[in-house]
Amino acid sequence: MPTKDEIFEKIQSALVDALGVEDEDVTPEATLVGDLGAESIDFLDIVFRLEKGFDIKIPRGELFPEDILTDAKYVQDGKVTEAGLAELRERMPFADLGNFAENPSVQDFGNMLTVSDMCRFVESKVEVTE
Amino acid sequence: MRWFWIDRFIEFESGRSAKAIKNISLAEDHLHDHFPNYPVMPNSLIIEGLAQTGGLLVCEHGQFAKKVVLAKVPKACFHFDAIPGDTLIYTTTVEYIKEDGARVNATSYKGDTLQAEVEIMFAHLNDPRLGSLFDPETFLGMMCLLRAFEVGRAADGGPLVPPPQLLQAAGLEGLDGWDGGNE
Repeated sequence: MPTKDEIFEKIQSALVDALGVEDEDVTPEATLVGDLGAESIDFLDIVFRLEKGFDIKIPRGELFPEDILTDAKYVQDGKVTEAGLAELRERMPFADLGNFAENPSVQDFGNMLTVSDMCRFVESKVEVTE
Repeated sequence: MRWFWIDRFIEFESGRSAKAIKNISLAEDHLHDHFPNYPVMPNSLIIEGLAQTGGLLVCEHGQFAKKVVLAKVPKACFHFDAIPGDTLIYTTTVEYIKEDGARVNATSYKGDTLQAEVEIMFAHLNDPRLGSLFDPETFLGMMCLLRAFEVGRAADGGPLVPPPQLLQAAGLEGLDGWDGGNE
């Protein structure tokens, strides 16, 4: 059972391998897309490395719910609706959606996810040692 | 120039691993530009050869139904140059094959000496607009030319055979080296 620090270090290592960044670039506040340069193909790589590193299963859409962002029910004029935001909050309890909710542009969604969000996501799926 | 960066499969274990040969020859035009009077096999084309070896492995696992494309090279390390007269043995091992993509670990050997180590990620494209860009017959045709079905083993250990309906669609019936393993 890993500690929170061990979870962070494993995620840091996975992001270094997947994105070709340095250890010191992977801070808790760093965004995957904006700060670390992640692209869509990198998300598949990251998901696999997390599954392998933590021995967990991450079904498609659990970490990056692209199905909500492409659903006409939840997106209008390039912005996520209130219903869409509610759906995102339910599907992504590990993510801090505060800033995104102020200007919920679909294009900016990718830049919202931080390393901290990913740590919280993994903590929700494994038994954490305090 | 034809876009074949491997010459022949020597092993093909469906869904697990594949091994192919790349012979480097002074007859290859690009070597005379890379570089003039100092021919060296470009590392990018070694990566392409490894991608073809691994990509066909991934593609066959899905019965040639998915459009498999090279998407990302997380790691590539080359230990020395490959030159005309060398025979490189490319080995690819499946790390994972999922709905959206796959990853293989690949090596290039010259004899017993490790020449390169590469990680290769593939994406499975499902955009219907790509329907005419990649025909499953294209990959199946490559497998036949590269003699994969002569050496191939299916997941159950039996001989690897191409999907019959695809062979018919590709007009490849009668081509040597695949006749249902009945040779």
